Amino acid sequence: MGIAETYSRGREFAIERPFALVLGVIAAYLLGDLLLGLVTGQTQFADIGSLVWDGLMRGLVIGLAGIGLSMTYSILNFANFSHGDYITAGAFSGWSTTYLLAGLGRADIGALVLVGAGGSVYGGTLGIGMLSTPLAVIAGIVVAGGFTILLSLAVDRTIFKPIRDEGGITLLITSIGVAFALRYLMQFVFGSDVRGTTAQPPSVGLYLVDGTVFIDAHDITLLVIASGLMLGVHLLLQRTKLGKAMRAMADNEDLARITGIPTERVVRSTWIIGGGLTGIAGYMFILWKGTLGFNDGWLLLLLIFAAVILGGIGSIYGAITGGLVIGLTASMSVLWIPSAFARAAAFVVMIVILLVKPSGLFSGRSTA
Amino acid sequence: MSVRDDIAARMPGGDAGLIVATLATAYILYVLAGVVLGYDLRGQLNSLATLTFYIGVFAMLSLALNLHWGYTGLFNIGIVGFMAVGVYVMALVSKPLYVAGGAAQVGGLGLPLIVGIIAGMVAAALLGFVVALPALRLRADYLAIVTIAMSEIVRFSFLSGELQQFQLLGTRVGFGGGSGLILDFVPPLEALFRSVGLWGVYLGFVDATKVIVPTNPKPVVDGLIYGLLLLAGVTVFFWLLKRTGESPFGRVLKAIREDEDVANALGKDTDRFKIKSFMLGCALMGLAGILWLMPQGAVTPNFFRPRVTFFIWIALIIGGAGSNTGSVLGGATFAALLYQGPRYFQNLVTTVLPNLDSPPGFGQAVGPLISQLDPVPFLLYTIDSIRQLQLVVMGLVLIWLMHNRPEGLLGHRKETASVISLSRPKAAAAATDGGSADGDVQTDGGVDVADSNGGVDDE
Repeated sequence: MGIAETYSRGREFAIERPFALVLGVIAAYLLGDLLLGLVTGQTQFADIGSLVWDGLMRGLVIGLAGIGLSMTYSILNFANFSHGDYITAGAFSGWSTTYLLAGLGRADIGALVLVGAGGSVYGGTLGIGMLSTPLAVIAGIVVAGGFTILLSLAVDRTIFKPIRDEGGITLLITSIGVAFALRYLMQFVFGSDVRGTTAQPPSVGLYLVDGTVFIDAHDITLLVIASGLMLGVHLLLQRTKLGKAMRAMADNEDLARITGIPTERVVRSTWIIGGGLTGIAGYMFILWKGTLGFNDGWLLLLLIFAAVILGGIGSIYGAITGGLVIGLTASMSVLWIPSAFARAAAFVVMIVILLVKPSGLFSGRSTA
Repeated sequence: MSVRDDIAARMPGGDAGLIVATLATAYILYVLAGVVLGYDLRGQLNSLATLTFYIGVFAMLSLALNLHWGYTGLFNIGIVGFMAVGVYVMALVSKPLYVAGGAAQVGGLGLPLIVGIIAGMVAAALLGFVVALPALRLRADYLAIVTIAMSEIVRFSFLSGELQQFQLLGTRVGFGGGSGLILDFVPPLEALFRSVGLWGVYLGFVDATKVIVPTNPKPVVDGLIYGLLLLAGVTVFFWLLKRTGESPFGRVLKAIREDEDVANALGKDTDRFKIKSFMLGCALMGLAGILWLMPQGAVTPNFFRPRVTFFIWIALIIGGAGSNTGSVLGGATFAALLYQGPRYFQNLVTTVLPNLDSPPGFGQAVGPLISQLDPVPFLLYTIDSIRQLQLVVMGLVLIWLMHNRPEGLLGHRKETASVISLSRPKAAAAATDGGSADGDVQTDGGVDVADSNGGVDDE
């Protein structure tokens, strides 16, 4: 292996994959810029620590919601644009329960059920939080998951099932119709105002080199629940017959049916698992960020798509990894660019992945 | 196949007759609604001008989308991003230079309107190129996700403070950020008539209309003339797309839609064709966006929410993708029934039942329904929030269309990729109800025979 060979291989690489080379240069530049900032003291370690933590939390929500999207994408073969509004529906149903349990007797029942529509009651006044009202929050999580399962099953039965055999684009357009109908129905019921849902949760400050990184109780709740559910899905898909059937269906539906897999039942299970995770993700998202509006799920959806494509459609590990990468990108991009473009940065990462590795990071490992 | 096709066949004047009949029906309905609402002549003319305006913009946009989806099979759901770029670049180029103390926070380059419009179209086409490059080689749903992500990036960019104002060529320009941008250039009609030296004639014409509208007729006449110009614009779009579709270029596009691999195997560089078609459509979308917002006086980034894209898709699907007549009809039907219709319905109800206070929220509306079985507050709340429910209805319409008539109102009218008609001679075609070349009896709602039918009776 001489110098000449290394040189020619380098040149081949540069010619064959110019994009990868350019990306490498850009990444190196950004890293260098960051290190320079750290050395000169313009950027603080603690700031970076806070951003990483924030990105990690955001990534967990995206990853959790992305599992459901990825599963339906690979098994039913269409990009479900109503997924974002399942997230919102889960969040509203769960928070309605939490408000009701936390504020019963202290405020008007109607106002509580409508999650304080029109500023009739505030989550902060009710003192909602994981530590202050744990039962209400846990009940909210359960209801969010359950309601979203019912919703996704009902939508599938009435809307997606009759056109199951049509192409992916037909289903995609239909799902856009579902998305708009759901979103504005929720606006009709819950109003268009963004409400604060939680009281300030207690937090601990961790010392990091030159400052403190604050971690609050809701961060920990999100971390525990999201990782628990992700582990659960992993075990479900790896250890049960259902998981095997799902993988078979994602690979080849006709073949799966021929071998005796009850495909409709698998589809139903997919919606149950995906819907449940999505609803819980919606609830946890609101618990973590503390505000709730009817557009939240839709705005998150594009980041989730980015994550799912990044990880490779059909792979739940891909969805989780993709979610973390997208979450970290959206949070950490403010180190280099104005915060208004943080979301744009996440999309740029997605487009870059489409250019360099269109099949995603975990390509070819369907649903497992 | 269905009654609708028979109507189209028997209509005097064919497709043009169908379009005229649809427009006439819409106008008659609106005039009747105006009579019930007690509008005077001025109000009637205003309502017709508004209707014409929306029919014009939606027809243009669905024609442009038809080039993407109906001809080439490119699934673009970022239409609104191209419109936004068109409008903002046009404003940047054509707004007058910044003057300290003026109403506008930022200025433009002060170039003539026509230069701005061309610049806006070019910018939209270039954005289309950038978007198409990574996504076109991939699956259709990837293009969907990339385009919608792009449209949101565009919206967030125009919302951001960084682009609010900056220096360009030594003058203070910008996009205004979240508070919006005043479009303080010469009004488009004035610019148009001045450029052909007919501004004086036009003012004289406006004065003459005082016979019909005694006080201040100018806004009414302006609105009507602008509406007519938009309809003329629709005709130009229609002609352009028809020419494009029938050209060898258009036939390659249709071949790509049907089977890209085959088109590739025949030696066509499909990527190139797709990019060209995508850019042309994007430029037209930019132009339609400019024509939509140019007379509004101001523009804010939040106008360009994805819901506008959704509107245009519904318009195209109502009409039937693949057919230019269908696109125009779909745009007109959507504008008259789904877009403007509910607002008129709301006006009608509030005119018939004035002085009724609707409850402020869903809780107060549904409370009496549960406790006293009193549906009135709920109905009032429903009427009051018709603008949100309108979107619910549109979503349901879209679902219904995809279930029952995915090929649109007019049925299978996709143009064939081949030069010659592949359908049987007229007599046989009548017997099998528009049967296709390979003898398939066409089923209502089937999509697989789309490419072998409709070659003779479209446009």
